[in-house]
Amino acid sequence: MSDMNQAMVEKYRSSFLKEVEANVEEGHWVKMCMQCGVCSGSCPLGPHWEHPPQEIFMMIRAGKREDVLSSSSMWMCTSCYNCIARCPRGLPITHIMHGLATYAKRLGLQPKNQPTAKFSQLFWNNLTKTGRVNELKLGLALYFMNGIGPGIKTALKMQDVGLGMLKTGRLNPLEILGGHSIKDKSGLQKMLKKAFEIEEAQIKDYKG
Amino acid sequence: MSEVIATNQTILVVGGGISGLTAALEAAECGKQVILLEKSPSVGGRVSQLHKYFPKLCVPSCGLEIQYRRLKANKNVRLLTMAEVTQISGEAGNFTVSVKVAPRYVNENCTACGECEKAVSAEFDDEFNYGLKKRKGAYLVSNMAYPQRFVIDPRIAATDDGAKAKAACKYGAVDLEMAEQNLSLNVGAVVWATGWKPYDAARIQPYGYDRYDNVITNVEFERMLDPFGPTGGKIVRPSDGKTPQNIAFIQCAGSRDQNHLKHCSRICCMATLKQTTYVKEQLGDACKSTVYYIDIRAIDRIDDFHRKVKEDTNVTFVKSKVANITAGSDGNVLLNGVDTEGYNRYRNEHDLVVLATGMESTVPAGVFPAGININEHNFIELDGDSGIYGAGCSSDALDVNRAAQNATAAALRAIQVVTRVAGQEG
Repeated sequence: MSDMNQAMVEKYRSSFLKEVEANVEEGHWVKMCMQCGVCSGSCPLGPHWEHPPQEIFMMIRAGKREDVLSSSSMWMCTSCYNCIARCPRGLPITHIMHGLATYAKRLGLQPKNQPTAKFSQLFWNNLTKTGRVNELKLGLALYFMNGIGPGIKTALKMQDVGLGMLKTGRLNPLEILGGHSIKDKSGLQKMLKKAFEIEEAQIKDYKG
Repeated sequence: MSEVIATNQTILVVGGGISGLTAALEAAECGKQVILLEKSPSVGGRVSQLHKYFPKLCVPSCGLEIQYRRLKANKNVRLLTMAEVTQISGEAGNFTVSVKVAPRYVNENCTACGECEKAVSAEFDDEFNYGLKKRKGAYLVSNMAYPQRFVIDPRIAATDDGAKAKAACKYGAVDLEMAEQNLSLNVGAVVWATGWKPYDAARIQPYGYDRYDNVITNVEFERMLDPFGPTGGKIVRPSDGKTPQNIAFIQCAGSRDQNHLKHCSRICCMATLKQTTYVKEQLGDACKSTVYYIDIRAIDRIDDFHRKVKEDTNVTFVKSKVANITAGSDGNVLLNGVDTEGYNRYRNEHDLVVLATGMESTVPAGVFPAGININEHNFIELDGDSGIYGAGCSSDALDVNRAAQNATAAALRAIQVVTRVAGQEG
């Protein structure tokens, strides 16, 4: 991944905006921001952002590549869509934030131990293994995301919820043995691999 | 009503605001026959509702008075009030225009003595004051109304109040038998100047115009300054009538916004800057003004005005579009947002908020013949051959100065059409 990061730095040395337009989902919208600030003011998690969306857009245009891609900001987005609903220029801000987060992760620049980034990876791994989400394994993986100690603590805290789910048949303990899956697991994995290759090639071939 | 004579050498001007008046007078003073239609009982339009013009801060009644004198003096203009165009068909040089004329219930004998108003009791929202006060069922639109003739509200025409108004009139001016008329006019060219209306502020949900008493619009603020207006010329809070000490002006309220009006309404920056001078003049150091803006668009020569306002230490500028307004204590409201100069999060308390609402075009749908190009902002695009020309705020969001220029240009285009017709007919 860091090879790719290096390649991208070389390729877009002069313009981070061009890089974002080429490689980030909905990135071509960034230049449309008129810096009114409605998105930042409307974000329910706004006060917890390192840089609000409006500032992120300005930083992209100012070429602050490292600061943007290693920021925890876009990982704070909860997809409430308040910003999209209110943006006077119609920017798909939520999607751009997810696009930036994905791109940062792909380049290996996401902040270490960022919980949303970690959980996203857990979810992806869990899903792509069998083509179905294994909720038991995903839940346990989430509890133990930060190590054994905190994991046991969380598990104990949540045991009533877990038992309740077991009783009502909402959680199958046998899922621990592998769990249910789609018919053609290897087919899915081949498909994902191909999709990844196509995406990779697109990023590398883009003549920005 | 005496007969309205129109031929295909006649120019029809629709709308009697500053643009329509200007277009009609310019054409008439060139010797052309003009019919001027106005939907409401008086000409004057939005300009008559303003306290002062920017940038010179003179009073609009002055400019309107000149136009009214020109109108009164000119034999070539025939004015029809309470008249609305319902359909236009035909082509340049030969249009057929359907017009609906609503009954005024008061004829030419009216001397504007006001006895009918005293006699009636029913009250309605006063349109001239955006519903901020009530008016009687028999009324004069404003002191500056032209023609100076009363109107009987159709809602009282068939009631006891209507009969009382009739009985009170010494001149036999009240005619309750008047009915709606439908006219068909043959004209050579049309100047469309129906102007603008303030964008409905209640649709900007996060600003709570419909929820908070002390969130008002700039046009309402303008009415407050009129000595004959709803507050007798005093700047007050609608909730409790107290004098505000900390007013916020929010720019681009409904303009430059894909969810509302996409276009820049162009006048609101200057209107707000102008209104801060009202605050300074009336309340001095006892009241602060804060302007929340995306960018101030005070173009060319009016930028001097902007600079002058910036020198006023009681006026603060915050570069930010306010995200939303929430309730504070004691009728105050809280403005929430993030500014662009430093990305500082703010939650500012104000006791009065003025929304600088934008100009919404009133160009109607379904009236014009095919081929008239109305753009995505609902303004009429210029097409030299069409014979129907938008003037003033029917062609773009314009201030008074530019609207008058634009209307003169539209009049000149209309003159060319009817002159061509006259040449063909010999």
